[in-house]
Amino acid sequence: MSADQPSVPGDSALHSAGIYVHWPFCLKKCPYCDFNSHVRESVDHDDWSRALLAEIDATAALYPNLKAASIFFGGGTPSLMAPETVDAVIDRVRQHWGKGDIEITLEANPSSVEAGRFRAYREAGVNRLSMGIQSLRDDALQFLGRLHNADEALKALEVARHTFDRVSFDLIYARPGMELADWRTELSEALAMAPSHLSLYQLTIEEGTAFWHQYRRGTFALPDEETAAALYDLTQDMTAAAGLPAYETSNHAAVGQESQHNLIYWRGLPYVGIGPGAHGRLPNGSGALATANIKRPEDWLKEVSETGFGLAETFAVDPLERATEALMMGLRLMEGLDIAAIEARFGVPRNEWLDEAALASLVSDGFLAAEGDRVKVTRAGQPVLNHLIGKLAL
Amino acid sequence: MTLQKHIRNFSIIAHIDHGKSTLADRLIQATGGLTDREMKQQVLDSMEIERERGITIKAQTVRLQYKAKDGETYILNLMDTPGHVDFAYEVSRCLAACEGSLLVVDASQGVEAQTLANVYQAIENDHEIVPVLNKIDLPAAEPERVREQIEDVIGIDASDAVLASAKSGIGIDETLEAIVTRLPAPEGDREAPLKAMLIDSWYDTYLGVVVLVRIIDGELRKGQTIKMMAAKSEHYVDRVGIFTPKGVAVDVLGPGEVGFFTASIKEVADTHVGDTITDVRKPCETALPGFKPSRSVVFCGLFPADADEYDHMRDAMAKLRLNDASFEYEPESSAALGFGFRCGFLGMLHLEIIQERLSREFDLDLITTSPSVIYKIHLTDGTMIELHNPADMPDVVRVDYVEEPWINATILVPDEHLGAVLKLCEEKRGIQTDLTYAGNRAMVKYRLPLNEVVYDFYDRLKSVSRGYASFDYDFDVYEESDLVKMSILVNAEPVDALSMLVHRSAAESRGRALCERLKDLIPRQLFKIPIQAAIGGKVIARETISALRKDVTAKCYGGDVTRKKKLLEKQKKGKARMRMYGKVEIPHDAFIAALKMRETK
Repeated sequence: MSADQPSVPGDSALHSAGIYVHWPFCLKKCPYCDFNSHVRESVDHDDWSRALLAEIDATAALYPNLKAASIFFGGGTPSLMAPETVDAVIDRVRQHWGKGDIEITLEANPSSVEAGRFRAYREAGVNRLSMGIQSLRDDALQFLGRLHNADEALKALEVARHTFDRVSFDLIYARPGMELADWRTELSEALAMAPSHLSLYQLTIEEGTAFWHQYRRGTFALPDEETAAALYDLTQDMTAAAGLPAYETSNHAAVGQESQHNLIYWRGLPYVGIGPGAHGRLPNGSGALATANIKRPEDWLKEVSETGFGLAETFAVDPLERATEALMMGLRLMEGLDIAAIEARFGVPRNEWLDEAALASLVSDGFLAAEGDRVKVTRAGQPVLNHLIGKLAL
Repeated sequence: MTLQKHIRNFSIIAHIDHGKSTLADRLIQATGGLTDREMKQQVLDSMEIERERGITIKAQTVRLQYKAKDGETYILNLMDTPGHVDFAYEVSRCLAACEGSLLVVDASQGVEAQTLANVYQAIENDHEIVPVLNKIDLPAAEPERVREQIEDVIGIDASDAVLASAKSGIGIDETLEAIVTRLPAPEGDREAPLKAMLIDSWYDTYLGVVVLVRIIDGELRKGQTIKMMAAKSEHYVDRVGIFTPKGVAVDVLGPGEVGFFTASIKEVADTHVGDTITDVRKPCETALPGFKPSRSVVFCGLFPADADEYDHMRDAMAKLRLNDASFEYEPESSAALGFGFRCGFLGMLHLEIIQERLSREFDLDLITTSPSVIYKIHLTDGTMIELHNPADMPDVVRVDYVEEPWINATILVPDEHLGAVLKLCEEKRGIQTDLTYAGNRAMVKYRLPLNEVVYDFYDRLKSVSRGYASFDYDFDVYEESDLVKMSILVNAEPVDALSMLVHRSAAESRGRALCERLKDLIPRQLFKIPIQAAIGGKVIARETISALRKDVTAKCYGGDVTRKKKLLEKQKKGKARMRMYGKVEIPHDAFIAALKMRETK
């Protein structure tokens, strides 16, 4: 590998880690999505399977002592993967990084074609399905550029519930023109299906997406801030009442049903990124090594077949930055974060990364709650979390 | 030793952009003052800002040797004068040091107000004036029309004006010949006691303070002990020289000559432009007329954006002051902005230059508060205080009345923009005193309150006249005025750095405009923030910044960490550009907005 090429130094310490596997292909690009997704007429599943395995092997050679706590197939649309590929990837991860209990999630689109593969995924080892339902309203699904309708989604959900013990689904709310009453009805319908986990995202216009251009041209408008805040509040109330309280800004679960994989991100623990555009945070002394893979599928594939890695860049995250990341991500969790634990983990005293005066004032104003060294965001603080983090981070 | 009859001292009068510096460059080149290799554009403008803005801030001189057509070799001293109304006094001293002037007028633009003021000064100094019509090779050049305009407006004979294009090298020899044949040689008595005028001075890292002088009578030589009559100080002269434009040591400077000396003077502030220099042992009887101590007319607070930069800023101010004695400062502390300096300037351009030099040469990020002029506050106990910081305004019950300075402004503007200019002057409380025409251009004179001029008059004038109006002013008198202190309250707390003295008639509209601007500039916070403008206890304008209701990223997973952190870095940078005021963060921009604000939208 030449000097200017990104590389990973490796680390032989024992760490529990999440394994993220990215499948970059979609049948259609959704107008709100800024994830690394691409539409291709055909995909050579054998080539892709080999490449994913090769990257896992190469990473495992440098980090032999990771212990996989979770595997997450994200995308793109991972429910377009050949079940054999999913099977091979899971096997390979288990070979390198542990055979114990692993939460293995796959994101799926709720179409009838894909529902037909659910059983095969389960047999490959997938034990949790996360479905991109997005809405229970046909007009909204059309606006969001989805290929399924509400009826199809409900049927796919039924199949999923019969196939997997753990099923989650996503909904996008605060859509153009949405009023409190609309969301109240739609969310009660969703809760009536008694899921054990729900991801409820307010529609966000991300730069570079189709929506971005339309929104800037004024093709549609989003609910105003006041409405968005009220919708968020309503969501918190209704999910809590239904036994699915928020455990993160946009994620709700029955006790014990939280996504273990996503908790790894929010708790600032290590994760491995496999596949095009995947990101990783690998152990690196008391700091971390951030990795970002090449985004374009073909370029990643070529790089992996030549070097074993599909890296676009790697950079060291020093302990102080790690502490800041832990603050930034940790406050998203309702469990909050433990200041002393962050100090101990990264070896950086709080006065280097935390504005304690701001903390005290935000606690006294009721936006944060503190119990000893544990800090949590309150209901009042939740909808303005970015602002709070901006005040807290040094 | 140069005979007086072979000396010509001249300055160049020109409006900005009319080609003064280029003409000077050509004259230096043509007489071999610098080799082509040493020649760079605008030789005389040595400061980076001067070159960039194309303006002259410090006076400079160059001694040229010219072999004229009559076969004799002449010494031509070219005095480059500052070209802006802020430096009017410096210009007047430069002019006093010469016998003649080249009046450079752009042959396509014609005479501008500022040129006019300087020409009148030159005439007052008994200058012989040689008009030079520059840029005659431009397609838009109308030498005949401009010649007529010079005769009509200024009233000098322009029939044998030199036609030139400094850029293309046209008319350079003719200009040199005209200097020799048409300008008078200096008078002066070599045997009389030394009498010299201090034209300018600056700080040189190697030489210390360098003093530029014009010898009127007598001789100045190394080893002499001289006396500065206004400064009442004595110095031992350790070096005498001339600029070619490089500094070259000479033994003696005689009557009519222009050159420099050094005398272990520590600070530029110890020298005063226009002061008379004489010999301690054989002093002259009377000082030269026209000396005025320099006086700041515009004041503002300058604060480091980062409070930790205060010491660095103090050092920077001291260094700048070494070289620019007309810039004054003293420590100031503001509840809103912390520790900084109250600074005095010759005018708005001077203020901008200092600000720019601080940020450019010393890498300082500054917050500037609203500029203020000097108000005379007459108290009920019969005493008077000079106020240049609105924050220091005494309680209204102690104030008997307030006086503010007025100026006489001369504005030259093409006919089609006259209406807009008149409207602007009226809006600024101006009183018209004269309106005449020269060709298709109007010359309008107004009396205006200076505080309206420092506020945003220049910018507005430029904008309403599409850049065609030119402007010049001199001081008039102090007059009683109905001025009130307007305070700005953010979250019910007065922000001292935003308070200003305004005329009662303008207070409400200005207060409303400022509140509206602040509403846009202060980011929303976790609670709602009232912004009020008040006179005394009476609120005259009010806006409310609503509380932030929602600011949270919906999706944030592994791949978003880096991106989110960049966002956070940006947020932190923004925070560094804010000042906490009570519980409210006010961005630096808000303070600058008060300075730049427009009354009409």
